[in-house]
Amino acid sequence: MEHYLSLFVKAIFIENMALAFFLGMCTLLALSKKMQAAIGLGIAVIVVLTITVPVNYLIYNYLLREGALVWISPDYASVDLSFLGLLSYIGVIAAMVQILEMFLDKFIPALYNALGVFLPLITVNCAIMGASLFMVEREYGFGESVVFGAGSGIGWALAIILLAGIREKMKYSDVPAGLQGLGITFITVGLMSLGFMSFGGIDL
Amino acid sequence: MALRKILDDLEPHFHQGGKWEKWYALYEAADTIFYTPGSTTKTTAHVRDGIDLKRMMITVWLCVFPAMFFGMWNIGFQANSILAADPSIVVGEDWRYALLGLFAGNDPSSIWDNMWLGAMYFLPVYAVTFIVGGFWEVLFAMKRGHEVNEGFFVTSILFALICPPSIPLWQVALGITFGVVIGKEVFGGTGKNFLNPALAGRAFLFFAYPAQMSGDAVWTAIDGYTGATALSIAASDGMAALQQAMTWNQAFIGNIQGSMGETSTLAILIGGLILLWTRIASWRIVVGVMLGMVATSTLFNLIGSDSNPMFAMSWEWHLVLGGFAFAMFFMATDPVSASMTDAGKWFFGLLIGFMVVIIRVVNPAFPEGMMLAVLFANLFAPFIDHFVVQANIKRRLARV
Repeated sequence: MEHYLSLFVKAIFIENMALAFFLGMCTLLALSKKMQAAIGLGIAVIVVLTITVPVNYLIYNYLLREGALVWISPDYASVDLSFLGLLSYIGVIAAMVQILEMFLDKFIPALYNALGVFLPLITVNCAIMGASLFMVEREYGFGESVVFGAGSGIGWALAIILLAGIREKMKYSDVPAGLQGLGITFITVGLMSLGFMSFGGIDL
Repeated sequence: MALRKILDDLEPHFHQGGKWEKWYALYEAADTIFYTPGSTTKTTAHVRDGIDLKRMMITVWLCVFPAMFFGMWNIGFQANSILAADPSIVVGEDWRYALLGLFAGNDPSSIWDNMWLGAMYFLPVYAVTFIVGGFWEVLFAMKRGHEVNEGFFVTSILFALICPPSIPLWQVALGITFGVVIGKEVFGGTGKNFLNPALAGRAFLFFAYPAQMSGDAVWTAIDGYTGATALSIAASDGMAALQQAMTWNQAFIGNIQGSMGETSTLAILIGGLILLWTRIASWRIVVGVMLGMVATSTLFNLIGSDSNPMFAMSWEWHLVLGGFAFAMFFMATDPVSASMTDAGKWFFGLLIGFMVVIIRVVNPAFPEGMMLAVLFANLFAPFIDHFVVQANIKRRLARV
C-alpha cells in the first residue's frame, strides 16, 4: 500500500509529466487561457490516462512482450511482437479518446464545445503516449500502472490548471509585444517548473 | 527650498520635446525620492489615505534594516571568532581583509571590527544588486514610458540579504538580472509578475551554481573555510548534534551560520511586527505560514523515523533556523505574488508552512526549503484566488 502511495505522489509532483518532463506541451500551452476549459481538459486527460495505461499494460504483457503469447500455446514462447508497441498503444489511446468524445458530446456539450479540436488532439498528446512508454520501460505491474496512470494524469491536470490560473491573472500584465501569447507562456511554464523543483531529489 | 528649485528648473528638459526626454524615468525617480508627487486622482477618489506604493515599499525597506545590520555584524562575528579560535587560518590575499587592516582589527568581541568586516562583505553585494538591478529597472521604465517603481528597493535588499556571504559578485549580478528581467519585467513590471522576483533570482542561482549557493563552504566570510548551517547539521547528524553546536537562544538571536540577513529571528521579528502593525504585511499569511509549519512539523514529530533525524525537529527549531522567519515576514507577504483574497491568504500561508517542512524533512537534496516553498505557493496563489472568488459568487447568487 505504501509503495502505491509513494508511486502516486511521485507521479503527481516529483515526476510531473508537464513540469518535470515537459510532455504534452502543445495542449498545455494552447488550452490554458481559460480556467474552465483547463479543468475540463485536465479531467479528460486523467480519465484517458487512468484507462489507457492499464489497458496498454495488458496488451504489452499478454500480446506483445517476448514470450507473452505462451498463454495460447507454449510454441509461441519465442515470439516477440514488441515492435508493434507504439502502433497498438496509439490505437488504444485513439479509441479511448473517441469514446470520451462521444460521451462528452452527448452529456456535457458545453465542455465538448470548449475543448473543440483539442479533444481529438489528446490522441497525440505526448503525455499520454509517454505514460504508456514509461510503464513499459519501468516494468510496472498492473496495480502500479493504474496508480501511475492516474497519478501522472492528476499531475498534468494540476499543471494546466495552475497555468490557467496564472494566465488569467496575467490578463492584466503588460507583456512586451514580441513576447505576447506563446512566448510569455513558455517563460511562465519554465518559471513554474522552477517552483516544482522543490520536489526534485525526493527519493520515494 | 534650493533642491526643489533645482529639480523644477531641470524638469522641462525631461518633458516631451525636451533634450533629455528619454531620461524622464530617471528624473522622476530622483524627484520622488525627495518629494511626494503633487498629482492626485482626477476622477472620483477610491482611497482617501496618504499611503501609496512608495510609502509601502519604503516601510518594508526600513523594516529589513534590523535584520540587515544584525546580518552585517554576524558575518564579521562569525569570521572573527573562527580566526580568533584558530590562528593558523590564513585569510590570503583577500582585498577585504587588506582594507580592513587599515581601520579595524579582527577582534570578535568588538562590535566595530565585526561591523566593518560584515559591511565589506554585504555592501558590495548590495551595491551590485542595486546597480545592476536598477539598470534593468530604469531601462525597462524608459522603453515603456513608465516611472521607476519603488518596489525595486525591496527586491534589491531582499535579494542581497538572502545570498550567502561569500557569493561571487558576478553571480549576484546574474541572479538579480534574472529576478528583475525574467521574474518581473517581462510580465510588465511591479504588480504584474506572479513569482517573487528576489526569490526567482535566488532560485535561479541556486540551481545554476549550486557550488556557490549551497553546501558547507559558502556561509563564512573566510575563503575555503567550511562551516555547516544549522539545518544541514540537523539533517546529517541529528538533533543532538545540533543542540550541542548551538542553543535555541543562540539560533533565535542569530549568531549562527547562514545567508547574510536571515540568521537572526529576533531582528527579523522586530521588522516583521512593524510590518504587521502597519498592516503592510498581511497577518493572515503570516499566521497561516506559522500554523502550517507548526502542524506539519508536529505531525512529523509524532510519526517519527529511525533513519531521518529531521523528523524529530520541533517547530520552535524550524522557526529559528534557515530562512523561515525572513521569508515568512518579507517574502510570503509580497502583495503581488501572494493570494489577493482574504480567505485565499489563509490557504496560501498554510501551503507555505506545509511545504517548507516537507522539503526540509523529506527532501534529502535540499536542507533548506523556504525559498522553494514560497515559490511553489506563488504558483498556487492565482489558482486559490480563482476558487475563493468562484465560491463567493456562488454564495451570493444563492442569496439572491
